[in-house]
Amino acid sequence: MSQDKPAREPRLVNPRPRTLIDRPSHFCPGCHHGIIHRLVAEAIDYFNVRERAIGVASVGCSVFLYDFMDTDVLEAPHGRASAAATGMRRALPDKVIYTYQGDGDLAAIGTAEIIHTANRGETISVVFVNNTNYGMTGGQMAPTTLLGQKTTTTPYGRDFRRDGYPIRMAEMLATLEGVAFSARGAVNKPANVRRTRELIRRAFEVQLKGIGLGFVEVLSACPTDWGLKPLEAIKRVEEELIPYYPLGIFKDKKEADHL
Amino acid sequence: MKKLIKGNDAIAMAAIEAGCRFYYGYPITPQNDIPEYLAREFPKIGGTFLQAESEIGAINMILGSAAAGKRAMISSSGPGISLMQEGISYMSGSEIPAVIVNIQRSGPGLGGISPSQGDYFQATRGGGHGDYRTPVFAPSSVQEMYDLTFLAFDVADEYRNPVVVLADGMLGQMKEPLDLRHPPQRELPEKTWALTGCAGRKPQLLKSLYLGHRELDKHCWDLWKKYQRIISREIRFEEVETKDADLVVVAFGSAARISKTAVKDARKEGLKVGLFRPISLWPYPEQRLEELAKTAKAFLVVELNTGQMVEDVKMSVGKDKPIHFYGRPPGADALPMPIEILDQIREVYP
Repeated sequence: MSQDKPAREPRLVNPRPRTLIDRPSHFCPGCHHGIIHRLVAEAIDYFNVRERAIGVASVGCSVFLYDFMDTDVLEAPHGRASAAATGMRRALPDKVIYTYQGDGDLAAIGTAEIIHTANRGETISVVFVNNTNYGMTGGQMAPTTLLGQKTTTTPYGRDFRRDGYPIRMAEMLATLEGVAFSARGAVNKPANVRRTRELIRRAFEVQLKGIGLGFVEVLSACPTDWGLKPLEAIKRVEEELIPYYPLGIFKDKKEADHL
Repeated sequence: MKKLIKGNDAIAMAAIEAGCRFYYGYPITPQNDIPEYLAREFPKIGGTFLQAESEIGAINMILGSAAAGKRAMISSSGPGISLMQEGISYMSGSEIPAVIVNIQRSGPGLGGISPSQGDYFQATRGGGHGDYRTPVFAPSSVQEMYDLTFLAFDVADEYRNPVVVLADGMLGQMKEPLDLRHPPQRELPEKTWALTGCAGRKPQLLKSLYLGHRELDKHCWDLWKKYQRIISREIRFEEVETKDADLVVVAFGSAARISKTAVKDARKEGLKVGLFRPISLWPYPEQRLEELAKTAKAFLVVELNTGQMVEDVKMSVGKDKPIHFYGRPPGADALPMPIEILDQIREVYP
């Protein structure tokens, strides 16, 4: 190797966001929680609100938010993060409140809480991670499990005659008046990561502007419980999840009703 | 100066007086006066009243506001309190203080709306999951609805623990003269644990999940130590003519109120009868009962249920003295008249 070229200073194009704690991730190989955590941290950094931000963690793999986000964090009971965030919001009107919830948490046991929190137009940001199963408990059927998908509680595949249909939360919540922003992203490839970064940022922006609730659903791989290798899991997000759960913005209010 | 006030309103007034500015609730009879009072009064003083989508939502809103270091209260009745048990368990595990008021109605299930003491086990045994305790105060007058609610906020904040005020539909719906004076608020530690954003300090966390090696073990013993402190300092009871009593009637709340009249009537007949009224149901005044067991010849437990507190009396008194039980499970027109309790006193008098 030639020695006469000057050595280039190594430089990180995307340094670790200040809000993301420098700690090895304990999520499974190929899990997307790490990427989504980072995008949330980037949004908090972008608006420079780390010291004003309070996260509400939920139950499931997403509870470990508190191990990675360098903000105050409250742990809520299963499904109740948005109700706890409501109590936080009302008590601390000048703080930035965000929840981070999985699909079992938000779309099953916490359905009542998220619908009414959204309907009240609480100015909070909700990051909803949809990996089409209950990850932490070992891969049971979630409301988001695709038809035909095998889980430990649908060993023969999800059958709509027994289990109903996969639920599209981002579209459903977009119908509620209190929701300022509702969108769905994915992090299975760089272009989608970049797009989702914008969506999460906007979900914080509508809160900061007092327009209403910001909601972002993020499709996520769960290789361990899907029984796939990480690369196969990424492929599944593209080929099976995105066709049923289309990426995009379903609602984006420019100003609050009361303005 | 005293004012004629309804029991439920007295609770709402005490909350305001104690500095509570956050209330989340859901309609259920017979406690509706409390949310209605606060829905009317809170907006005038900058408080937050919010009607939640369910008691599950409401208790978690309380959890959120209390985690932010604010004084918060919730009230409900039987079925609603059942739905809150999850949140109460989490708040106990995360050491988040708040006041939970149960204006008991009758159960099990939908039961009825008449006064009852059927939630004694639920309140005193920690109706939710896990190894925790909550202090429980049982008023037996409108004055005590006020005083004990005021006290409950201090006890909650002092120990960072949810506190239950256990009343019932009779106490909630009746009017009595109320003296609004109260003892000064306790000196309380600053809420340095509250989540308010990490400006100027390290980020903080309120949680009840402990997965590390022996972490939960330590957490549970730490809680236990706190509960021991509560036991040593927060026991409350009232005694009426117990000194020379051969028969001690043991009752709390509404049942104690009715029993008090019966005890006085019994004295007029020359029967040596006294009343022992636990005010803190947890911690239970077992030591004092144990002492009374040395002088009294028998006990009569009166409850508006089929027998719940009687178990605590049995544990305190032991097997040496007979313990009689007179239970009046709830239902329309089921409240006992003093004469009915007097009949029981005559029947079991040693």
